[in-house]
This record gives sequence, C-alpha cells and structure tokens, in this order.
Amino acid sequence: MSEIFALLGFGPEGWAAALLLAAGLTLVLSLAGFALGALFGACAAAGRLSPWRLPRLLAQAYGTLFRGIPDLLTIYLLYFGGSVALTGFSHLVGIEGFVGMPTFATGTLAIGIISGAYQCEVLRGAYLAIDKGQFEAARALALPPWITLSRVIAPQLLRVALPGLGNVWQLVLKDSALISVIGLVELMRQAQIAAGATREPFVFYTAAAALYFLIASVSTRVFRHAEEWSSRGMVR
Amino acid sequence: MIDLTFYAEILPRLIAGLPLTLELAGLSVTLGFCLALILALAQRHGVIIPAIVRGFVAVFRGTPLLVQIFLIYYGIGQFRHGLQAIGLWGLFREPFWCATLALTLNTTAYGSEILRGSIASVPGGLREAARALGLTRFQTLHRIVLPLALRQALPSYGNEIILMIKGTSLASIVTLMEVTGIAQGIISESYRAIEVFVGAGLIYLTLNFTIIRLVGALETRLSRHLRRDGNTGGKPVAANLGNVH
Repeated sequence: MSEIFALLGFGPEGWAAALLLAAGLTLVLSLAGFALGALFGACAAAGRLSPWRLPRLLAQAYGTLFRGIPDLLTIYLLYFGGSVALTGFSHLVGIEGFVGMPTFATGTLAIGIISGAYQCEVLRGAYLAIDKGQFEAARALALPPWITLSRVIAPQLLRVALPGLGNVWQLVLKDSALISVIGLVELMRQAQIAAGATREPFVFYTAAAALYFLIASVSTRVFRHAEEWSSRGMVR
Repeated sequence: MIDLTFYAEILPRLIAGLPLTLELAGLSVTLGFCLALILALAQRHGVIIPAIVRGFVAVFRGTPLLVQIFLIYYGIGQFRHGLQAIGLWGLFREPFWCATLALTLNTTAYGSEILRGSIASVPGGLREAARALGLTRFQTLHRIVLPLALRQALPSYGNEIILMIKGTSLASIVTLMEVTGIAQGIISESYRAIEVFVGAGLIYLTLNFTIIRLVGALETRLSRHLRRDGNTGGKPVAANLGNVH
C-alpha cells in the first residue's frame, strides 16, 4: 500500500507532479478545442438557419459527417493527412524526412471540428427557441442588426444553450483522451507512460480516471452556476 | 483525380472489419440494455441501492471510455494470479472481452439514465389505474409502465446505439482489428489518409443511417395508435445522429 502512495506522491519515485501537469494540459486542450468548436458550431448553425440552400447543405453535411464517424478516424485523418501534406511541403522548401503535425494543434483542431458539429445542433436549437416577439420588438425599437444580435438575442441564446453546451463540454473532456493516440502527453498518455515505466497499470489508470472524474465534476458545478447566473433575470 | 482502383482495393479490406465492429456493438448494446433496465428499476426504491447505482453511473459517465478500456484490459489484467485463481483470467486475457465489458458498462451507465427518465415520465395515474384494476406490481410494470417507457426512450436510445458504434472504434487501440483498426493500418502503410477516411467513413455512415432508419421504423410501428389516419405515419421524431447526453 505504501508503495502505491509513493508512486502517486510528489517524491522522487512519485508521478503526482507529472500527472497533475498532464491533467492541466488536458484542461487547456479541451478549452482550446471547445472554443474552436464554438466558432465552428456558430458558423454551422448560421449555415443551417440560412435562407440559402448551399450553406444549409454544407452545414448539414458537416454535422452528419462528424457526428456519425468515430472521432478516432477524424483524428487519424488530421494527423496523418496533415503530416503527409506537411512533409510534401517541407520537401519543396528543402527539408528532408518525415515532418509530423504538431500534436497540440492537431488535437485542438480535431476536438474543434468534432465538438463544433455538436455545438451547431445546440446553438441552432437555442436560436429557434427564442420568442419571435424578441426580434419584432428589436425591430420596432429600430435597433441595428448587430445590436439586436449582441444585446437581445445572444444573451437569451446563451441561457437556453447552456445546458446543451455543458453536455458538449463533458463530451470534449472525454474526447481529449483520444488525442493521446497521436502522442500528445496529456493525462491519458501520461498515465500510459507511468504505467509502462512502473508496471502498475491499475494504479495509474485509476488515478487518471479519478482526475478526469474530478475535472468533470467541477465542470458540472461551474455550468450549474453559469446556468443560475444566466437566468437570474427570469421569472420562475 | 479520384483513384478508383485504390478504393476498390481498400473497401473490401475495411468491410472485413465490419463483423467485429457489429459483434462488439451488438453484444455491448444488448447486454448493456438488460443491465440498464435492471439499474433503472433498482433506483426506484430504497436508499442504499440507488446511491450505489448513482455512483456507478457518475463514474462511467464522468471518465473517458478509453480510460475504462485500459483500466479493464491492462489494469485488471495486472492481477493475473488472482484472476487465474477465480477462473476469470481467460476473460480478461482477451482484448475482445475486455473491450466488450468496457463498452457494456459504459452503455449501461448512459442507458440507465435514459430509461430512468422515461420510466419516471409514465403518468402516475396509469399506475393508480392499474392498481385499481387489481394488477400486481409485476403486471403493472410488464403491461403498463415498460411498454410506454420503452417507446418514450426509443429516440434517445437510438442515439446511444450510434454512440456505441462510434465507441467500438476504441477497441482498435487494444489491438482489435475492427473497421477503424484496419483503417489505421492501411493509413500507416499507404499514407493515404483522405481516401481511407472516406472509405471507413462511408461504412460507418451507412451503418448509422441503417440504425436511424430501423429505430425510426420501430418508433412508427410502436406509435400506430397515436396516429389519426391508419396508413401514413408521418415523420417519427426518431433518433438523429447523436444528440449528446
């Protein structure tokens, strides 16, 4: 038992610092991917709500593709496809050998693309849930379109979308573990390294699971507070 | 230029992984549904059992599936002698059974939440009416509550099945050569990520659309009595590609 504490401690034999650092990277990776996903999701939602056919079709295809295909395949596509393109490019400028995609950027992009497909659905649903009267009132007050969007629609949209966005965030957090397959040393990969070095996989995968669970639980609370805050003006 | 000969070469190889994908998904969804139903029902009474079930659900929903697979395959596999003593080593030695176990427990956790919600959504008046008619608790459950609850759960459960199909791809990381595992192998020998992605993606999308259709058809069939006219079902609100939990 004491050996396990030594393995998970901060001492010379311990892996605590490495695991916590890796958990930090998991958090940063998830946040970056989620933020990029919000951008993609907002664009796709705008496409889905567009009066024109082409943006609607493109946005629909994007959502169908990345919600229907295993995330691992998307990650492989970006990493290997990107690396091949990058290697070809660096041959042109005279650099020899294989050039791998930067793992953090690839991971962020992968999570962004995947979570964007889900965020699109959440944002679209929230937009459609806004009372039509709100748009009419803004128009009656002669608010310019940008003000209508930022001061009238966006705050209400966020309130309706928050629970759904919370679910996507949980998904993103768990998806970030898949980025370990391309070699980024986030929490999952760090646990693998520690398990390999010490031959104690049970201890380290349990520790990783506990850290993921901790991040997920804290996020649930944060989102609950955000929901309360965003609906503070609502009549119950 | 689309290289058709390359597709003609990789598609049969990718499709060869489909049976394993289907086995993993089929087994875990079936077993997971049975367990999820038991857990959903067990949560309805008492204090201790619901607390344990809630803990199980929270842990499996709050940790990545990949960690669960690794914990079962490498983590529990570490206790070889203990497992041999109780005769379970044969199970935990096989990546297939470890992946199936992890997928099953994962879908059990999500499924039990779906079923718990749909069972709770059955109006209390129906239960009272059943009791007034002298039905036993089992009869009420079997004849009244479950048929309504399961139909209610169908769209969400359809999404869960699609998430499981996507989840089976993680089995490739513990050496199982299902569709994604084969795809990864072809990418690393040919470096043609886009073509392989398109090929494997087609297989998964076809599979998922088939499931959406089947769930939609089942839902239309189970809601026959809700339709005004006998022939056209209209569009069921069925599963689309995975709303998140």
